[in-house]
Amino acid sequence: MRFLFDSNTWQEIFGSIGKNRTRTIITVIGVLWGILIYIVLSGAAKGLDNGFEKQFQNVAMNSMFTWAQSTSMPYKGFKTGRQLQLKLNDGVMLKNRIPEIQYIAPRNVKGIFGGSPAQIIRSGKSGSYAVYGDYPISTKIATKKIYDGGRFVNDEDIDGARKVCVIGERTQKDLFENDENPIGGYIRIDNVFFQVVGVHKFTPGGGFESDSDIYIPFTTFKKLYNTGENVGWFAIAAYDDADVIKVEENVKAVLKSIHNVNPKDERAIGSFNLGEIFNRIVGFAKGLTFMSLVVGIATILAGVIGIGNILLISVKERTKELGVRRALGATPKEVRSLIILESVFLTMLAGVMGIILGAGVLSLINKFTQGMDFPYANPTVPIPYVLGALALMVVLGTLIGLIPAQRAVSIKPIDALREE
Amino acid sequence: MIEIKDLHKSYKMGSNSLHVLKGINFSVEEGELVAIMGSSGSGKSTLLNILGMLDVLDEGSYTLDGVPIKDLNETKAAQYRNKFLGFVFQSFNLINYKSAMENVALPLYYQKVGRKERQEKALKYLEQVGLREWADHLPSELSGGQKQRVAIARAMAAEPKVLLADEPTGALDSTTSYEVMDLIQKINDAGNTILIVTHEPDIADMCKRIVHLKDGVIVEDKKITQVRASQYV
Repeated sequence: MRFLFDSNTWQEIFGSIGKNRTRTIITVIGVLWGILIYIVLSGAAKGLDNGFEKQFQNVAMNSMFTWAQSTSMPYKGFKTGRQLQLKLNDGVMLKNRIPEIQYIAPRNVKGIFGGSPAQIIRSGKSGSYAVYGDYPISTKIATKKIYDGGRFVNDEDIDGARKVCVIGERTQKDLFENDENPIGGYIRIDNVFFQVVGVHKFTPGGGFESDSDIYIPFTTFKKLYNTGENVGWFAIAAYDDADVIKVEENVKAVLKSIHNVNPKDERAIGSFNLGEIFNRIVGFAKGLTFMSLVVGIATILAGVIGIGNILLISVKERTKELGVRRALGATPKEVRSLIILESVFLTMLAGVMGIILGAGVLSLINKFTQGMDFPYANPTVPIPYVLGALALMVVLGTLIGLIPAQRAVSIKPIDALREE
Repeated sequence: MIEIKDLHKSYKMGSNSLHVLKGINFSVEEGELVAIMGSSGSGKSTLLNILGMLDVLDEGSYTLDGVPIKDLNETKAAQYRNKFLGFVFQSFNLINYKSAMENVALPLYYQKVGRKERQEKALKYLEQVGLREWADHLPSELSGGQKQRVAIARAMAAEPKVLLADEPTGALDSTTSYEVMDLIQKINDAGNTILIVTHEPDIADMCKRIVHLKDGVIVEDKKITQVRASQYV
């Protein structure tokens, strides 16, 4: 061990590495390339992972949606093809019967699933936008970012069926001037005046919502469009520890029993489960990370084998030199250590350079993908991965260095000296 | 200083065995300058290799400065070589990417001498061979005679008991050869024991004693009057 910290040892190694520059550079490039690929791949995988997470951060992961369709089986004297309609009371029953449900939000919309969008008019400007009837609890399932100074629909709005609305970014752009504060302003939704109480920031995340949506209180929606107790669909969030797939089955079973639908009827109640989709994406990201790990390590391995190869050639080239060293009193151990340390040093040098370069490439990719509609954010390589790669390289460098080192001492000094 | 008794050495070549040294009895006193002569195949290089612990003997005994040299593993042999012996080769064997000074300092590195002291000593020995101002030059920038002088400085730097030279003038023209021999004589004058393997009679005549080998045995061992190389320089 003392040998490692002896400045003389390092002078010898720097001497032999520095004086064989071409060889050193070629050797270093091999491993550098390996670690570069490893860092960039695992960083990019992490970036994608972060990107996906960012896209879903507004939605509760274990949430689901359910809506009514038409039956495909006759049951209890009802004929097949009967159109079902969810009612407000269904939500109460679901919440009572299924304890795993944390939040349940009945929602309605005009202008998405059939029906024409609402006509919105404001002082000469007009447009057609989808209008949602919502409860405040909606935001617990899919967060709505509201710009400063505004708010979402609240309980008083529901109780009083107030004519207030939350508009989208694009609605604001279409209906208001740039320097105008929309909060407190009035717009006409299908000829009824509504006061704007907030502007929501649109976050892309799949689904059918867009940056022009207008949210009004559920109770106001009911009055405006005469929907009575009807509910378009339920958004449901299960508790964090609940299995949302199971909850989805239970919800459908309960709805079927309420609406007299054959329990075996698969088509009567539609549903969509974010948990499952999310798991699939997480699985994809995990697979990607794993693959990048495998590819990266394989590339590092190839690079280190390259070092071994080049050192082997170099030992052959230096047979005579090593023979002279031994004639001058270098012990086999000293010769072996010299070669192994050269190997490890070259590996580490290449590794550190590769890591720095890899970080550079990652930050470049990050810069270019910024602002693009691409799920990629903050590509990082966890420190344990980096340290692990370095440790791996030291181990591999030592192991691979053993081969040329052993070869170097296996030749008798006398034969080495005779070599021309 | 060197004592060899009944030395045998043979090489196995497949099923045949080649008996190279067939019972050598030989001793060298401190301060001697001995030439080992013989035609090729006479066993003179083998003898030098055994003396230099680069090769092991089959039979007989070898004592160097009172230390019996036997059952050496590579590590022990390396340490003994470093402590007792200095080598000068026909083809100089300088390390081509190290400067003259670094080459001279190399045996001191293996003696675990500190860097500063190593450099001082190396410069001192380069001075002795008259190459101080060439200390920072690479071997490729030196002439043959200069290279051999650097090699001699390197062999001397470790302050060995015995200097072993294998055809030190074999690759040099005669003028340069005499310069190198002059240097070797001067080192010998300072009291160092030197063995030279050569097949050139004029080089052998510059030593104090000539040992003739033929077919693995010593056929002649005589003391001579030394011819000084300085008169030719």
